[in-house]
Amino acid sequence: MNINDFLIMRHELVLVIITLLLLIIDLAMKPSQKKHIIPVAVVFFIIHTVIGYLPAFSGTLFGGMYQSNALIVMMKNVINTGVLIILLQSYGWLIKPENKEKMSEFFVILLSTLIGMYFMISAGDFLMFYLGLETASIPLAALAAYTHHRTKSAEAGVKFILSSALSSGILLFGLSLIYGTTGSIYFSDVTFSITDSPLQVLALLLFVSGMAFKISLVPFHLWTADVYEGAPTSVTSYFSVISKGSASFVFMLILFKVFYPVMHVWTEVLYTLSITTMVVGNLFALRQKNMKRFLAFSSIAQAGFILLGIMAGSKIGMTSVIYFVLTYIFSNLGAFGVVIAIENATGKLSMDSYDGLYKTNPKLSLLMMLAMFSLAGIPPVAGFFGKFFLFTSAASAGYYWLVLIAVLNATVSLYYYLLVVKAMFINKNDNPIPTFNSDWVTRTGLVLSALGIFVVGFWSQIYEWITFISVGIF
Amino acid sequence: MNILTLFVIVPVLTVFFIGFSKTMERIRLVAAIGMGIQLLLAAYLVFAYLGERSAGNMAEMLFTYDALWFPSLNIHYAVGVDGISVAMIALTAVVVFAGIFASWEVNFLSKEFFISLILLATGVFGFFISLDLFTMFLFYEIAVIPMYLLIGIWGSGPKEYSAMKLTLMLMGGSALLTVGLLGIYFFSAPEGQPLTWNLLEIAKNTIPVEMQRFLFPFTFIGFGILGALFPFHTWSPDGHASAPTAVSMLHAGVLMKLGGYGAFRVAIFLMPDAAQEQAWIFLLLTATSVLYGAFGAIFQKDLKYINAYSSVSHCGLVLFAILMMNQTAFNGAILQMISHGLMTALFFALIGMIYGRTHTRMINEMGGLMKVIPFLSVVYVIAGLASLGLPGLSGFVAEMTIFIGSFQHQDTFHRVLTIMATASIVVTAVYILRVVGILLLGPVKDDHYLHLKDATWFERLSTITLVVAIAGIGIAPLWLSDMINISLQPIITKLGMATSTFVSIF
Repeated sequence: MNINDFLIMRHELVLVIITLLLLIIDLAMKPSQKKHIIPVAVVFFIIHTVIGYLPAFSGTLFGGMYQSNALIVMMKNVINTGVLIILLQSYGWLIKPENKEKMSEFFVILLSTLIGMYFMISAGDFLMFYLGLETASIPLAALAAYTHHRTKSAEAGVKFILSSALSSGILLFGLSLIYGTTGSIYFSDVTFSITDSPLQVLALLLFVSGMAFKISLVPFHLWTADVYEGAPTSVTSYFSVISKGSASFVFMLILFKVFYPVMHVWTEVLYTLSITTMVVGNLFALRQKNMKRFLAFSSIAQAGFILLGIMAGSKIGMTSVIYFVLTYIFSNLGAFGVVIAIENATGKLSMDSYDGLYKTNPKLSLLMMLAMFSLAGIPPVAGFFGKFFLFTSAASAGYYWLVLIAVLNATVSLYYYLLVVKAMFINKNDNPIPTFNSDWVTRTGLVLSALGIFVVGFWSQIYEWITFISVGIF
Repeated sequence: MNILTLFVIVPVLTVFFIGFSKTMERIRLVAAIGMGIQLLLAAYLVFAYLGERSAGNMAEMLFTYDALWFPSLNIHYAVGVDGISVAMIALTAVVVFAGIFASWEVNFLSKEFFISLILLATGVFGFFISLDLFTMFLFYEIAVIPMYLLIGIWGSGPKEYSAMKLTLMLMGGSALLTVGLLGIYFFSAPEGQPLTWNLLEIAKNTIPVEMQRFLFPFTFIGFGILGALFPFHTWSPDGHASAPTAVSMLHAGVLMKLGGYGAFRVAIFLMPDAAQEQAWIFLLLTATSVLYGAFGAIFQKDLKYINAYSSVSHCGLVLFAILMMNQTAFNGAILQMISHGLMTALFFALIGMIYGRTHTRMINEMGGLMKVIPFLSVVYVIAGLASLGLPGLSGFVAEMTIFIGSFQHQDTFHRVLTIMATASIVVTAVYILRVVGILLLGPVKDDHYLHLKDATWFERLSTITLVVAIAGIGIAPLWLSDMINISLQPIITKLGMATSTFVSIF
């Protein structure tokens, strides 16, 4: 390997170094100083994020197993930004005495899953893809069970590892069928041998089902709500934003790159999946009273919208999916940031306890309202642009009826997002959550997500840049 | 800077300054100054527009400005106005200005109230100046969403229910609209040419007729919901009744006009073939709106409900006239939008002021108000007379033009519907005169009412602004209808190019 090869995989390398450094630093620290690991980790990650934005190199490594190009680097940067915000927002929670013993583990495990996602995104063959996916999933189970003294958290970890193992099994079965019928695991070779012969369609279906588990599409979503509710809230936001975002991106990339000869098959599958996902996700979200479960189901419904862009199969489809993921990251992190802040201050998680929040904590309420509007797709915030462009891409492929179903679902989703707004602004409450101030690190995280919610929509250069680097099937 | 862009920038700046104001006095002062500037701008725009026209500038849109926004999706920030949009902008400026003074004494969360109110106005102004369908849609949604908070927080009665119902129904409308607009975009140019969102560019092309048949209902109903199209009008009575005064004014006076304007500018203008073919369905629906709204108003006891149903009737008349698709009826539709906007705003303002004094909106609990609050009562009578179409006030001009235009059609279908719609005038007279009789004349029902104070200076300012506008249009309607007429030409030409003809069911 020469220096250029190192530069191509700089994201992975830097992150591995940071992870190892954190482990070593943690060992060298006295127990009383352990809490200093948090600023160290955050600063490291900021450096890593900045390095990610340096000019990108594209190329392939390891005989085609690993690849990188502007699009992939872009996606990694998007994810990095999200993770950075999550790290900032979880400061207030991590610093609590109950986490004293295991602060560095949080970072080490979280960053390991991130390494897995990087490899998954950069995969050039199904083996690397699978390895990346597993590296991303298994530590996630540990993260979900991070506060293992709480039964629910432990339960979440077990539930996640079991369902994840099942979905990996299904996925792997699909991959082995692909290898069996094509004789190769390299994306570039497999494409030429993909036809709609029954065995390969079966392989495709198994692959789609496996990925549907990871993105939590209905009917493969059953693990989502429990895991989201049980996991610590910071981890939940990582699940719903980073994990879901990167998995959808890879899903799209492989469908576009490898399975485009059988596009007519997978568009039909996705058509059904997107409708069931949007409808079921919305119907369940309507009835949730716990903020974490509520956001879990809303994020299931959001995944249904992402499929609209994937189905378009075109350059505009890919652009709008990445753009939507970007807007979704900021809006969902805004919502989770508020939930985390309130949970840290008061331990309250139910929607009723948000009644009258605007009187006592106006800034948090405003951010939450922006996030809700953005998730619902109301202008002028980013979510509107994200959703509208997804609809545009689906309409460009002629799926008008699907767009209609999707926009009607967006209207239904507006109802439950407005319920949160109503609780904060309209409902009366005799003992609302008292006024509190978060620490400045958490506040920085909240401000960053608020900025994202505002800027990403209006600033059209972001969309244009994604268009510039995106590729389509045709 | 382009003058039209100022119509968005001034409200945004106003909101910004309100955000930094501390006391209620300061907040409402800033709001009044901001919207005062907006009113002056609108007046300037009217004169500038008339000046350009008399100087011989016959371009379809004036004061245009175009900036590329999302190049890969051909989204522009494109603005421009013709006579119709100038008239609508002037209407909006007047109603918003009056609305600020009608809510002079909102002291609960007044900062948030004025910010939401002016954000709503920003959306409306933005909608009327837009030529690009994407930005138009963006502003449309910006105008709708503050309603939720405005009704939910400052409303009365079952406000949470009404706010949610209104928001969801209007957003459902914009859901249909999304499909319609996306369809229009993807058929906006012939095969192989770059697509466009620009209204004027799209109009140069003919959308394939079978696509029009598919897209027209989405677009028309999508806008129609905001214009209280039967049977999607149910949000309107509840919403208006629960909303605070200024919000009812803005909503009935201006926001509902977005529906009529959009149905006219987008649905009819861009898809004339489908409009001809499907007009009969919507004509039946709108004629139902007109009559149903009028009869509905008779049976109401709450002042706001009466006016809300009367709005359904009058806005139904707007859509009805638009579907008649000839020059006179179009002209009448635009006049009716402006006339209804002014008088319904006046009505809601007065109802708010009367309610603020008597603490009831039930007509049978009041009586003889003419004796105790003569100023407000007289203005109420003026508004009522305008509403029932008395010559000399704006309502007469508008309704007369509509019925003349509608009756120009020779066939039975149109004529029967026109006669039915005309009958609504009589019904309107019944409910207006009934209210005036019970509410204002006769003995004073309650001794407490004897000590009521008549209008304060800001209430007078608010109502007189509207009365002057109503009487102005009623006495000198020609400059307005001429301004509209010129701008109708492109639309009439486009309609003339349609190959489909009207389909009648009998």
